[in-house]
Amino acid sequence: MSERLEVDLELDCRGMRCPLPVIRLANNIDEVAVGQTIGVVSEDDAARSDIPAWCRMRKHEYLGEDTVADGAPRYLVRRSS
Amino acid sequence: MTKPTGHSGAATSGYLDSASSEPLHPVAQEVLLGALDAGYADPLRLHHQGRDARLLLDNARAVVASCLDVREDEVTFTSSGTQAVHLGLLGLLQGRERVSTRLVHSAVEHSAVIRAAAWWSGRTGGTTDVVGVDANGRVSPAEVAAALSKAAGVLAVQSANHEVATLQPLEEVYAVARGRDVPVFVDFAASAGRLDLPPGWSAAAASAHKWGGPAGLGVLLVRKGARWRAPFPVDDRADRRVSGFENVPAALAAAAALQARLAEREQVNERQFGLVDRIRQRVAATVPDVEVVGAPDERLPHLVTFSCLYVDGEAIVTELDREGFGVASGSACTASTLTPSHVLAAMGALTHGNVRVSLTRDTTEDEVERFLAVLPGVVARIRERAGVA
Repeated sequence: MSERLEVDLELDCRGMRCPLPVIRLANNIDEVAVGQTIGVVSEDDAARSDIPAWCRMRKHEYLGEDTVADGAPRYLVRRSS
Repeated sequence: MTKPTGHSGAATSGYLDSASSEPLHPVAQEVLLGALDAGYADPLRLHHQGRDARLLLDNARAVVASCLDVREDEVTFTSSGTQAVHLGLLGLLQGRERVSTRLVHSAVEHSAVIRAAAWWSGRTGGTTDVVGVDANGRVSPAEVAAALSKAAGVLAVQSANHEVATLQPLEEVYAVARGRDVPVFVDFAASAGRLDLPPGWSAAAASAHKWGGPAGLGVLLVRKGARWRAPFPVDDRADRRVSGFENVPAALAAAAALQARLAEREQVNERQFGLVDRIRQRVAATVPDVEVVGAPDERLPHLVTFSCLYVDGEAIVTELDREGFGVASGSACTASTLTPSHVLAAMGALTHGNVRVSLTRDTTEDEVERFLAVLPGVVARIRERAGVA
């Protein structure tokens, strides 16, 4: 993604290991309205597989990955239900 | 010296990790003890002790060759399955060096293949291309064909996946490779002793402790006429493909275990396949937010993997151990590298909260039922502790 998406909520999960970033995402999904987006910033390798897998299992939309200013990966999710 | 403290002899109650290591088959145990007494000498020496060892080694080779339906001179005993993989794969690459140094392998190969590939690239500058898999972990023959449209030295595809049990379409893969004249290396460690290896490989490798033989004994198969060149220093011992003193007792015990395993495999496979079906269904029905992964039907008989959302892999392995069950996990927190299983990642499956259950040849229905009874509570407790809303 060349242009950074303006997310409605960003969760800084740096320093957390799996499954904590996914738990944090699950516990915060209700903080945004259906159709709004959450960005999960995580340097944990497992997040790259597990956030898309969580979206598939919980029926939300996975929008892909970009990076924050310091280069850490950010995973983008749209609440679908 | 630490004395071994076996729990209850041959009974392996609650041990559900045969895919890491199957307990020694009782027949192998008996043969191993006998061979330790009779097979200590150097099989290359001309004294009668040496000739005795040589007889045992030749016998082991003949039995393994007959069990695997290959020629005796195609069988090499190595000091581990990993060594057999390294020799088999790198030897084929070496033999094809003038044609192409490019290796193509599936995304779900055992780490022994992946590490050998990285070593090969670092050494020769040869490239490595990875063929992806579908959501069940199955290699697509069409993708293999696309990868082989460019010149390639060797194609490496496993017979079945060691983490998720999915069988690979070897016949179709062979046909594609044959059309391109590319030799195939097959890691058949996960299926050896359970399912026949279809012919069509140029080299193949397996590990005795996965079928009930002793650990520290691998089997390398190199097809007669295959362009295989020793990738490492050789010595002047009996087998020109491997160096070092042969482990005669282990080779004989491995052969005995394989033979015994083949004799009983129809019953064992059928029983294990049914018990795994039961685990697949019950886990999906009784544990919320769980994903049972791997092919449901085209799979190994004894193995199943599932991932539980919001569950820490180390926690679930530890909790199940406390309940008396030994299982493996492909989750990052349970691995020394802190990276999650490349197999689960390639499938797009959930990598955390992962549990791999693999049945031994004597795992009982009762053990499986007890495991299924404790699992939902274990998962619920870990989730509660983690503060999952």
